[in-house]
Amino acid sequence: MQKSRFVSGLIGAVALVSLTQCFTQKKNEGERLYAEHCQSCHLEDGKGLRGVIPPIAGADYLENHRNELPCLIRHGIEGSITVNGVEYNQKMPGVETMPEDDITNLLNYIQTNFGNQNRRYTLNEVQDLLNLCPPHQH
Amino acid sequence: MIRNNVIFKSILPALLAATALFSCSPSSEETTLPILGEREAIEKEVDGKTVTDTVYHQIPDFAFVNQDSQKVTNATLAGKIYVADFFFTSCPTICPKMKSQMLRIYEKYKDNPQVMLLSHTIDPKHDTVAVLKEYAERLNVETAKWQFVTGDKDSIYDVAMQYLVPAQEDQTIEGGFTHGGHFVLVDENRHIRGIYDGTKEEAVDKLLSEIPLLLKAQPHAKK
Ligand code: HEC
Repeated sequence: MQKSRFVSGLIGAVALVSLTQCFTQKKNEGERLYAEHCQSCHLEDGKGLRGVIPPIAGADYLENHRNELPCLIRHGIEGSITVNGVEYNQKMPGVETMPEDDITNLLNYIQTNFGNQNRRYTLNEVQDLLNLCPPHQH
Repeated sequence: MIRNNVIFKSILPALLAATALFSCSPSSEETTLPILGEREAIEKEVDGKTVTDTVYHQIPDFAFVNQDSQKVTNATLAGKIYVADFFFTSCPTICPKMKSQMLRIYEKYKDNPQVMLLSHTIDPKHDTVAVLKEYAERLNVETAKWQFVTGDKDSIYDVAMQYLVPAQEDQTIEGGFTHGGHFVLVDENRHIRGIYDGTKEEAVDKLLSEIPLLLKAQPHAKK
């Protein structure tokens, strides 16, 4: 009895450790993807460039346009958009070749870092949203 | 004489560059900034004696057009110290970082007419006056302080060389141009007094700490 409790406790602990490890790794993955594909424009602190490149940090856009973000990353965006009350109008290129799981990791990274505390995505959700991308020129 | 010239032309600049690269931040009030670039020793006769004059590298005369369609020449910057850089508005790589760092300088010297900023586009075909105007407006900066200039492509690439900044068209890379992210600090005699990596916050910290040294040394500097 004592022993089995100990064993299940141990299994639980091990599971927890590997789970957190899994999460940390995903976070690192998101961080890496951000550094590779996004940081040159949105900058290390996610604050963007005043008036020219919108922020990721504290951006209301991430919540208000949550469902459009997978397509935004894959195909980019152009035209006038408003983020935290400021208008931006500069073309952002897409990363057409980024696989769905990377997009999921990256989105979860920006939704939960830079002071953001928004809802995460599941891979299924991102896949479904990508199937609904509006027509684009490529 | 020949030996002298060799020293001046090759060793001295190298030494100077090394000092500029490795010297720590200035600590004493007397610290002055070096004059960078090639220099030449010219000997001339004065009252029958031979005197050696050192001619420092100077940014030659230039003429460009800014975001308000006004002509910008060396006369526009006469008596000022300024920070020059090279960029293009659609640059996806280092420019957002450079511009966010340039904004730090802008904000710090907003109210000091002695300091100006001069950003040259290396993509004049795309970056017309109208494009530069919109860019400057979006950054919310004043022309009198921060000139965004365009002009004849060759003149821009030539002047980049004079500022010791590499700039080149290159269709094989992202964005189509390679260029250095340098910020070049220029004094009121158009001598280069410092070159800093405009993509690194620490380098720009150093620039911000060296501008006051130059201001102090300028005869026309106002408090
Ligand atoms: C070449 C510069 C550039 C790169 C690289 C870039 N972006 Fe953008 N991004 C922009 C610009 C400019 C806009 C505004 C688009 C507009 O005005 O229509 C924007 C808009 C956005 C928005 C919506 C507005 C906001 O800030 O909340 C998000 C989210 C975003 N980008 C995320 C990313 C992610 C994630 C990456 C990396 C895959 C990335 N961006 C890479 C320039 C860039």
